[in-house]
Amino acid sequence: MSRIRRNLITGVAIVASAAVLAACAPSSSDDSTSDGKKSTLSLVAYSVAKAADGGVEKAFSKTNPGEGVSWKQSYGASGDQSRAVVGGLKADVVHFSLSPDVTRLVDEGLVDKSWDQNDNKGILSTSVVAIVVRKGNPKNIQSFADLAKPGIGIVTPNPGSSGSARWNILAAYQSIIANGGSEADAEAYLEKVFANVKALPGSGRDATTAFQGGTGDVLLSYENEAIFARQSGEDVDYIVPKQNLLIENPAAVTTKAPPEAKDFLDFAISAKGQAVFAQYGFRPVASVTGVDTPTVKGANDPANPFPAIDELFTIDKTFGGWSAVNAKFFDEKNGIITKVIAESGKS
Amino acid sequence: MTWFSLLVLIPLALIVIQSIDGGWQTFQDTLTNPQTAAALRLTVTQALIVTVVNVVLGTLIAWVLVRDDFPGKRVLEVIIDIPFALPTIVAGLVLLSLYGPDSPINLNVANTERSVFLALLFVTLPFVVRTVEPVLLELDPEVEEAAASLGASRFTTLRRILLPALTPAIAAGAALSFARGISEYGSLVLLSGNLPNKTEVASVRILTYIENGNDAAAASVAVILLAVALLAIILLQVLSKVVARRG
Repeated sequence: MSRIRRNLITGVAIVASAAVLAACAPSSSDDSTSDGKKSTLSLVAYSVAKAADGGVEKAFSKTNPGEGVSWKQSYGASGDQSRAVVGGLKADVVHFSLSPDVTRLVDEGLVDKSWDQNDNKGILSTSVVAIVVRKGNPKNIQSFADLAKPGIGIVTPNPGSSGSARWNILAAYQSIIANGGSEADAEAYLEKVFANVKALPGSGRDATTAFQGGTGDVLLSYENEAIFARQSGEDVDYIVPKQNLLIENPAAVTTKAPPEAKDFLDFAISAKGQAVFAQYGFRPVASVTGVDTPTVKGANDPANPFPAIDELFTIDKTFGGWSAVNAKFFDEKNGIITKVIAESGKS
Repeated sequence: MTWFSLLVLIPLALIVIQSIDGGWQTFQDTLTNPQTAAALRLTVTQALIVTVVNVVLGTLIAWVLVRDDFPGKRVLEVIIDIPFALPTIVAGLVLLSLYGPDSPINLNVANTERSVFLALLFVTLPFVVRTVEPVLLELDPEVEEAAASLGASRFTTLRRILLPALTPAIAAGAALSFARGISEYGSLVLLSGNLPNKTEVASVRILTYIENGNDAAAASVAVILLAVALLAIILLQVLSKVVARRG
């Protein structure tokens, strides 16, 4: 198929999906922080990162290389944002929820192949899965295993449509294996969990909204989302399971980006940048040393905001990378989770 | 014509091309996927029911707005259009707080089929009202009075005088309402919960396919929706012609 035709089709697909997804349309805003004597950078990021990325930009503007850099920003669902960049949305720095969204840009030649060849392996922000519950935890949820108990109403973003929702389900699945269960046990567990699902909203944000609207007893979310919700005054509690999955959000500069973009990314991954992320509830990336973890408002314990995880799974080490994960769990025909979801609505 | 082609024909043609791109196999696989089939069934059924309700109630509302005078009529005229003006996701939020678990009127339909019905009803209400209203305004009440003075019963007047005049407008409103119903996304995702085989609508399936990089399957579902909408529009056109001729 000719490239022109493919681009046309991609464009149409984006226009069409934009029409269908009017709700998830990325919001962009001009944020001219300075007199603009230096260049303007475009940041394209996933919606959850909005507050933190804004904070890092502000901190960056106070450094020498960041002085006078102004920003154009666009936030939206990670997959949509990545497809929009392929479709021609201008981006100098991208910050996505999961690596395949950057890989898509590498395949199109928009991001250099070596983007993840650094100490942090291309990862800019990390978090873990958190179980958000109603104030006081009336159903006494303590672990992933509790989610399968009868009478628990669960809200989780739809792993089919929300790429980032995949973190939650994988963490729950793997916790069964880590406790000595077989793959069949884990699958049976997932069936019980999905029988408890009250709503499968399209994105993480929609799921939070549905939960705040009173649906369900439990919201599967990320630690940073839970902390951010409490910072914004939401009256909820959250539990960080002791066996957990490391959520790794990648960032990269595009091939055509001006040098300031690289400066920004270097700053964001520095100890100082990571401290800003920590303020917004993200765990500092492990390879970065000397991060001065601030007091984090909204955390269960603001002085010690990121409790140690006993057993931390990662996509690369535990599951063998995203392509293996997507083939095994989310394949449209034979994916374990796809099948469990497809069966869940049938009585 | 060029304008029309640029805006409508070319995008539509490309969607069809893309759905064929994956070959007949993808098309067939997509449609025989039980989850997708269930979503399509739900979407079309609910849109149909909503359209029938709109045809009856929308015409009634238009009638009341044109023929009756009551305090607050001007306000109501404006309020009718709000579902048009409201971004659908905002509508979704409103519906969630009204019909969700924290419902102030004690009506919790969240995550059931009825939530899809209510959300569609909310966003499609103005279509029939707004298409019927101007026609009704043009219609001279004296014609009805003449029919009555010639001995026609109220029902006969309705059947022989009013309906033939209104049918094209009602049909147009119904077509719009149905087409909007089958493609709706924003207003119902929050309330419906997207439960597979229960409350998941076709547009959510499209989104799932896109997220998985299966654009051909997404386009296949879109093409089915297009075909159903086209069929409905043609049927309504024919229907309105038949009724108009009988009058």
